[in-house]
Amino acid sequence: MSQRKAVALISGGLDSMLATKAIMNQGIHVEGINFFTGFCVEGHTHAIRKRDTDKVKRNNSLWVAEQLGIKLHIIDIIEEYKQVLINPKHGYGANMNPCLDCKIFMVNKAKQWMLENGFDFIITGEVVGQRPMSQRKQTMPIIAAQSGADDRLLRPLSAQNLPATLPEREGWIDRNKLYGFSGRSRKPQMGLAKEFGFTDFAQPAGGCCFLTDESYSLKLVDLWKARGTRDYELDDVMLLKVGRHIRPKPHFKIIVAREDGESQFMSGYKKEFISMNCASHRGPLVLVDGTPDEDDLYLAAQILARYGQGRDAEQVEVTLRDQQGNERNITVTPLKAEQIPESWFI
Amino acid sequence: MTTATLNVRRLLCPLPVIRTQDKVKTLQSGDVLTVECTDPGVMQDIPAWCRINGHQVLETRAGQGEYIIVLQVG
Repeated sequence: MSQRKAVALISGGLDSMLATKAIMNQGIHVEGINFFTGFCVEGHTHAIRKRDTDKVKRNNSLWVAEQLGIKLHIIDIIEEYKQVLINPKHGYGANMNPCLDCKIFMVNKAKQWMLENGFDFIITGEVVGQRPMSQRKQTMPIIAAQSGADDRLLRPLSAQNLPATLPEREGWIDRNKLYGFSGRSRKPQMGLAKEFGFTDFAQPAGGCCFLTDESYSLKLVDLWKARGTRDYELDDVMLLKVGRHIRPKPHFKIIVAREDGESQFMSGYKKEFISMNCASHRGPLVLVDGTPDEDDLYLAAQILARYGQGRDAEQVEVTLRDQQGNERNITVTPLKAEQIPESWFI
Repeated sequence: MTTATLNVRRLLCPLPVIRTQDKVKTLQSGDVLTVECTDPGVMQDIPAWCRINGHQVLETRAGQGEYIIVLQVG
């Protein structure tokens, strides 16, 4: 009999690392798959900000694959994922996170990959009761059924709490060597990590998607509302991750860089947005999104001046730049902190 | 042997790795690919991706906000 092969969904967190190792220990050939939705929280997104430059910049899914000694296939699903986010059949979690639909979608994609590449089954790091939406006893069978993976979806960490899957029934896998973890406690995973000799691993799953973040979700909803359509491009998704987002009026908002790293990153968008920066003082880069008129640009410049070193000056000179690169300077009085209503901050 | 260049400037992790992965699929063993990036994270990630997938990093260069990785397809 040829060696059985499994494809593992590798998030970069501990659970999928443990699940994969457990199956590798049973002599199965495993390769990893990692999906990029555009909303993934990775060290490099944070590395836009200079203050984080001391942190280790590694992609955790690649790092996990290397620790396990397996191949990893990273797949761009940005376009396809839009339908998952915009129209989730099972709704959203606490924020704009469509966790159940997301998991169904990813397992379905993994199933397609499995069939195309001659693999036998799929493994994930899911644990019954670990997450409030996608990892409940009631929802885990839904993922297996609606993804089409059915009994070729094996969750090694919780297998003993679930009906036997095809790999277990066929004897490809010894069910007795799998686990019966459940609930939100991380102790069993920590214990298994120690048993496997893993001393370094990313923080447990849950913080891996920007859509679970309230602040990020509010910015996304604001974007959709302002544009009158629930759609987005990757650049929108990226820009929601940086800067202060301030919307003084429904038809325009400004994005104010919080430090040099963000200014540098945002400067790559000068051809897509009106941009401005302080000419007379040090200050951040600002992008203006929407359809501002001349008065709006003046107000945006006043807000920009508030966040520069000229905030206490009588007047600040600001350079405005259109998308074609044409520049002009205007002189403004910086707004005081109390002149920027809390409601403007998204 | 073919030499190719891939421009992934402005893209953030993991897109430079994904674009590199996709480009390598179109090349043959022994071909050399130069990847031009602006995300410093590629200095960790593309070599890691090469190691786990059997490709060899021939050279890395960094300067003035740009990061260049030259790899040979395995």
